Amino acid sequence: MTAIDIKATPRVSAGLGAWQRLMINRNWIAAWFMLPAAAFLILFLAYPLGLGIWMSFTDIRIGRGGAFVGLENYEWLYEDGVFWLSVFNTLLYTLVASAIKFVLGLYLALLLNRHMPFKAMIRAAVLIPFIVPTVLSAIAFWWIYDSQFSIISWSLRHMGLIKQNINFLGDSDWARASVIIANIWRGVPFVAITLLAGLQTVSPSLYEAATLDGATNWQRFRFITYPLLTPIIAVVMTFSVLFTFTDFQLIWALTRGGPVNATHLMATLSYQRGILSGRLGEGAAIATAMIPFLVAAIMISWFGMQRRKWQQGENND
Amino acid sequence: MSNFIQDRRSLLKGGAATLAAAATTSADQLLNFAHAWAQTSQWKPEKGAKINLLRWKRFVEAEDVAFTNIMQAFTKATGVEINVSNESYDDLQPKASVAANTGQGLDMVWGLYSLPHLFPSKCVDVTDVADYLGKKYGGWAPSANAYGKSGNKWIGIPVAATGGLINYRISSMEKAGFKEFPKDTAGFLELVKALNKNGTPAGMALGHASGDANTWLHWALWSHGGYLVDEKDKVIINSPETMKSLEYVKALYENFIPGTASWNDSSNNKAFVSGQLHCTVNGISVYVTASRENKAVAEDMNHAYMPIGPAGKPTELHLPFTMLVFNFSKYPQACKALTAFMLEAEQFNPWVTSASGYLSHFLNAYDNNPVWTADPKRTPYRDVAKRTLTPAGRGTLGENAAAAIADFVIVDMFANYCTGREDAKGAIAFAERQAKRLYR
Repeated sequence: MTAIDIKATPRVSAGLGAWQRLMINRNWIAAWFMLPAAAFLILFLAYPLGLGIWMSFTDIRIGRGGAFVGLENYEWLYEDGVFWLSVFNTLLYTLVASAIKFVLGLYLALLLNRHMPFKAMIRAAVLIPFIVPTVLSAIAFWWIYDSQFSIISWSLRHMGLIKQNINFLGDSDWARASVIIANIWRGVPFVAITLLAGLQTVSPSLYEAATLDGATNWQRFRFITYPLLTPIIAVVMTFSVLFTFTDFQLIWALTRGGPVNATHLMATLSYQRGILSGRLGEGAAIATAMIPFLVAAIMISWFGMQRRKWQQGENND
Repeated sequence: MSNFIQDRRSLLKGGAATLAAAATTSADQLLNFAHAWAQTSQWKPEKGAKINLLRWKRFVEAEDVAFTNIMQAFTKATGVEINVSNESYDDLQPKASVAANTGQGLDMVWGLYSLPHLFPSKCVDVTDVADYLGKKYGGWAPSANAYGKSGNKWIGIPVAATGGLINYRISSMEKAGFKEFPKDTAGFLELVKALNKNGTPAGMALGHASGDANTWLHWALWSHGGYLVDEKDKVIINSPETMKSLEYVKALYENFIPGTASWNDSSNNKAFVSGQLHCTVNGISVYVTASRENKAVAEDMNHAYMPIGPAGKPTELHLPFTMLVFNFSKYPQACKALTAFMLEAEQFNPWVTSASGYLSHFLNAYDNNPVWTADPKRTPYRDVAKRTLTPAGRGTLGENAAAAIADFVIVDMFANYCTGREDAKGAIAFAERQAKRLYR
């Protein structure tokens, strides 16, 4: 992309025909070199996105074309209680899970950054939840949360703490908490390992200097670790929020959006309406409705955290 | 309707062992029959015909073996190559719809529920096949007409159905004071209450279980005379009958084992086989699994028809599997021949036997298959095709009815009320709004 800035020197092109000038124009050649990449992006990213947005303005169903219906799908969703419930669920799921993942991930990263025996093995082990395919871990959680066979209910019952099995996935509040916990379990390693990588780039001499100046542990974290970690936090949290917001597999395997839509996320609702029930237009509208939220999430972390002045060589205010 | 994994595994062993005889000894006979059949058949496959067939992914290993045998026998006898691909329940319909829309890829689909009615104009008229089979095998069950016909024309052949009926523990029922399983909804409620009091609870799925929840909740609605739409596809869910069915299901739900709002299709199978659940609605898979994994439960359990409600007639919903032929196929005669061939007694009987009751027939003559009487506990599943309505209820089968099932309109209505998220009026209004959008 930067090739656009390079100007062909006018001195060389003086006295040549337009076609010849074009042939030696670097911008012209650069455009041709960019073409494969651009075609790739257009074909696999821009086109599906555009098609999805277009479909959301039609009443297309699987297996047959649709007519343009304007904002009809959105008007319907605007008055649809299940849709708004799924928006609420998605925001709750994303905010709570991301916040806890960040705190736990940062804590874990700070622990792992210390010197300890079997350091490499422990660091590798932390990644396990992230490596296991989501569907497999979801099935494990499904058994853990089972209304009849839950290991948690079983243990608590045998300890005499509860009399009846906990209705993990059958009660709205329990179900929401349960899927959030499963998501956290799965997402923490990603945050932890990425932050750990960031921590290791912080020069030890800064800590030495701070220690000599008499800084406490907290001050060292607050004034050295945290500021130097902000760029990577911004990237990690952007990804974490995006992954959580668009989560599908975990919910689908655990609850299919139940009980009574209490755990339906926008992604699962979009799938249910668009694919299973065959109304692609409405499904596409739900998926398209996710875009503003995602853009907002990216903007917040981008402008809020990454564009700090010191990163551009100026002082912080 | 079934715990797919348990189902397959159990039948792999249990089914294959007992029925190996039926499946293997008939392989040679099957071929001989196939040759003779091909000579006399009224459908002559086109030269060099190749058939791409899409079917639902089997849950019963032995059934799949028998199915493959039939395909191979047909290939050897007629020279028609058959390429079978499988898709799970959820994925089959979208794939078939795309084939119908693009006019390529598949010649035949063996699908679920109302599949041919999603694109009736793309289906080959198979009236000749239906008439031939009906005449030869004692006529079609009434539901076969609903599933197979569009107007006066057959657009699909209902090959078999899998039933969702009452599974109960005999000893628990007797302890609750019942000598035989109640035949009406009032008696059923009494039983469920008594079962709960005795600590041997019943339970049916109220979660998003495509099979289990849809079958029993549609029964509950219809048995009280409530319907989503009328004969003209006008939405009539907002009715006193629906209100009564909501109250009825709530009374049941309050006496269920805890957690049924989260249940999926396999939850009741697990709980029943392990002995924690004493009455539920399911396919025959619970019994088949229990026979292998927990003999005590299998011996103490039995099956019963769904009780009859104030509507005064059977109002069950079962899952049919209908075969359709696309009109863009280059080999319609070969496809028709295969459809008829599958349903000839020489193939069909061993095939259904291999499924241990998982597949029930639509052709009346097959009532006599010994699979239904060899073990009397299987007998109720013999009659599912005679007792089932279609997912459309009183309305027309088609994509709207299919979408209402896929979107859990009825299931969510009951769950909304039973779990206390909405009052009865709110739950009905919610379903009505959804249905009006689907049926606009």
